[in-house]
Amino acid sequence: MAALLAVEGISKNFSGLRAVADVTFAVPEGEIFAIIGPNGAGKTTLFNMIAGVFRPDTGGITFDGTRIDGMTPDAVCRRGIGRTFQLVRPFPALTVEENVMVGALLRHPNLSSALRRAHEVLWRLDLFDKRTQPASSLTLPDRKRLEVARALATEPKLLLLDEVMAGLRPTETDRMVEILKKINNDTGLTILLIEHVMRAVMSLAARILVLHHGAAIAEGVPEAVVREPAVVQSYLGAEAL
Amino acid sequence: MMKRLLHGVPLHATVLLALLLAALVVAPAFANDYLLTVLIVILYFAYTGQAWNVMMGFAGQLSLGHALYVGLGAYTTAALYVHFGIGPWIGMPMAILISVACGAIIGFLAFRFGVGGVYFAILTIAFAEFARIGFDHFSWVGGSAGFFLPVANYSHDDLMNLRGRPAMFYYVILALTAVAFLLCHALMRSRVGYFWQAIREDEEAARSLGIDTFRYKMYAILISSGMTAPAGVFFAFYYNNLFPEQTFFILRSIEIILGPIIGGVGTLFGPIIGAFLITGLAEVLQELLTWYGFDPPGAKRVFYGLCLLVVVMILPHGVWPPLSRLLRVDRETERTGDKAEP
Amino acid sequence: MGGPFLPLEIYLNVAISGLLTGLVYGLMALGLSVIFGVVRVVNFAHGEMMTIAMYLAIVLFASYGLDPLLMMIPLAAVLFVLGYAMQMTMINPFIARPEHSQFMLLLAVAIIIVNGLLIAFGPDAQSVQASYSFDSFALGPLIVDATKVYAGGAAILAAAALFAFFRYAPIGRAIRACADNHTGALVIGLNVKRLYALTFGLGAACVGAAGSILSLIESVTPSLGPAYTLLAFVIVITGGLGSMTGALLGGILIGLTEALAALLISASAKSMVSFAILVLVLLFRPQGIMGKRLS
Ligand SMILES: Nc1ncnc2c1ncn2[C@@H]1O[C@H](COP(=O)(O)OP(=O)(O)O)[C@@H](O)[C@H]1O
Ligand SMILES: [Mg+2]
Repeated sequence: MAALLAVEGISKNFSGLRAVADVTFAVPEGEIFAIIGPNGAGKTTLFNMIAGVFRPDTGGITFDGTRIDGMTPDAVCRRGIGRTFQLVRPFPALTVEENVMVGALLRHPNLSSALRRAHEVLWRLDLFDKRTQPASSLTLPDRKRLEVARALATEPKLLLLDEVMAGLRPTETDRMVEILKKINNDTGLTILLIEHVMRAVMSLAARILVLHHGAAIAEGVPEAVVREPAVVQSYLGAEAL
Repeated sequence: MMKRLLHGVPLHATVLLALLLAALVVAPAFANDYLLTVLIVILYFAYTGQAWNVMMGFAGQLSLGHALYVGLGAYTTAALYVHFGIGPWIGMPMAILISVACGAIIGFLAFRFGVGGVYFAILTIAFAEFARIGFDHFSWVGGSAGFFLPVANYSHDDLMNLRGRPAMFYYVILALTAVAFLLCHALMRSRVGYFWQAIREDEEAARSLGIDTFRYKMYAILISSGMTAPAGVFFAFYYNNLFPEQTFFILRSIEIILGPIIGGVGTLFGPIIGAFLITGLAEVLQELLTWYGFDPPGAKRVFYGLCLLVVVMILPHGVWPPLSRLLRVDRETERTGDKAEP
Repeated sequence: MGGPFLPLEIYLNVAISGLLTGLVYGLMALGLSVIFGVVRVVNFAHGEMMTIAMYLAIVLFASYGLDPLLMMIPLAAVLFVLGYAMQMTMINPFIARPEHSQFMLLLAVAIIIVNGLLIAFGPDAQSVQASYSFDSFALGPLIVDATKVYAGGAAILAAAALFAFFRYAPIGRAIRACADNHTGALVIGLNVKRLYALTFGLGAACVGAAGSILSLIESVTPSLGPAYTLLAFVIVITGGLGSMTGALLGGILIGLTEALAALLISASAKSMVSFAILVLVLLFRPQGIMGKRLS
């Protein structure tokens, strides 16, 4: 399978601080790929470069056969990459369905078909019953799922999820894992996720990339990666899987 | 059309709206000259407030320079009329064009260079001030000495040239306000409208959903400036005199935004309710002050200020959202979860 | 007008006078900058508050013959109290509200001040005619108004006092700590609400002093409030919002260019020139001359 996303040697500095250092990896179409690493490892920065928020200082990003590094976030989304934010950012004054409809309007300019599309997505994310509530009234787990729903509504080929399980209770985490698995199964959607919750990572990801101080220190299938000494030392040591 | 318009609106709300409209249509038959003048001012502010609301209420871009577009509309049509005998309705497209061009320049500069929030507001003030100073020296339209349209006592109405009695002006501004309302209603429930609201709520999140925020913010300023220009046309032909110091003054811009803020930013009825409240109350106050023989200049505006202060302190979303819940005329969909704000 | 043919001394005279006036503007803008830097609220009633101080100075002079330069200290104190009270009661609940909401609140205050002054003092221009109003200093070919020299000097003194306060006074340092790191300040147990009120009070004290001084060199009408607010904005944005030195430098720059523009183009062009500077700064150096670029 050809890689849907190919990241080659990208780096990002913030006034001297090397947030991401020469990272290379590729995500094949249809795969669920996880990025893990301690806080401040540069995961979100890496996402932001893929999503067009930052232009990489070096290296290139190829998505679906075209270079996307340096494109604006909206152009990246229109090419087929949906993303969530680590700190969720729903549109608070809009209702749940309006939030998702805004995403759906990208591919369905007609209001009623966008709304229908939004309802389908909400159904998948178990949010259909709350569709007429204002987004500001949702609880954190619901907001996290709304964030995913909104990104999904743009009908991406690749979905970037930044810590969507953080702050969820185990049952809610399992629910989210099930939802993501099902979407990946049903639609073949490629998913790139940043995650701290190892239980979720182990059950979702086909492969894992480990970041530490901005650099990739390991990559491979989950079972192998978590046994690598460098990984255990830098990151997993304390958690003792 | 009608069906789409009323989608989700409870029946008694439709009835209330129809009654309000009917009352406004028959008003000139019952109102005396004074009341008619007040109604004209109210509708004028309802109209300009609606136009401003497109930018701030829908797209979240705070403009404090809308007097600029009013002034450009006013001066353009007045100049065409006085110098070339071109009537206001033919001049209006030209007025809109010039306003929109100015809006395009301001929007392009601001949005391309990432000027937002308070900085954007200051930029809009700066451009209105440029216009004020520029028109002070623009002798073709009278400069600082003012620009005047010929006036006479009209016994019959000449709608084509907007020369006539107050009732004619009343219907003109009522029609404009109704059109603006319908336009805003359509915009709000459209793709563009939703994209605007997304930008207003969170610009970065909006971009992540593929929305070209620059383009949609441009649409907002183009539509808003274009909608504002006809208010200027009305202003010029109703008042028959234009002074740069007044037309483009920052207080003029602020008058425009008071209605929608007091009524409710981002709502369709906010600008209308706000215009009624603020102008109506100010007139009542004025009457009381005159009655008691205490009528210094500025008293009315102190009252404006107090109203604004009270509203922003106790009703951060304006009068309309709580009022609509009280009347139970909000859309069903919006009522189910109205515990939005803690 | 033939601007270019005027003798050089005239330009220098005008430039010096503009620079001295600019120092007073700078002091006013300093207040805005301090408030924004710490409280993160943009005081849209800044110029209006200064016109209050100007009218107080005029009344004190007219009724009791008190010199505005001396009244600068008590008027700073009066405005300090006003600012402190405003922050404690009205503005504090708005700290977490959106920008436009804060703007509306202060706009309401501004409208009330302008028109309250209009009711109290009427629309006509008023000013202070001090005994030294027509004195001047001659420096070789240059002639400088004495009032402007005193005004500039007083503005420098007031600004220096503020700088010293922030550098040496424990409360001043606490305020700075609060500005640099809000959560940090909370952690070490600073009473942020009080610090905010103190800061707003200090910002208002700046306009108290500036207004008192300015009453010597400019006449005031109630409607000048918004114009001064805009001027303060132009200065602070030019200098860099939140930067104290930037505010002073911006004040000097704007004072200078306005004076020269009035000489070279026309009196009404002066605000045009400062707005043009504002637009250019907004577009090309939004962080201002002395400001740090926000990421
Ligand atoms: N916009 C920014 N400006 C400056 N530094 C940043 C910015 N974003 C992230 N950083 C820094 O880059 C490093 C990596 O951050 P981040 O990518 O958020 O890590 P992670 O998501 O892995 O926790 C951190 O040290 C962080 O402080
Ligand atoms: Mg992160």
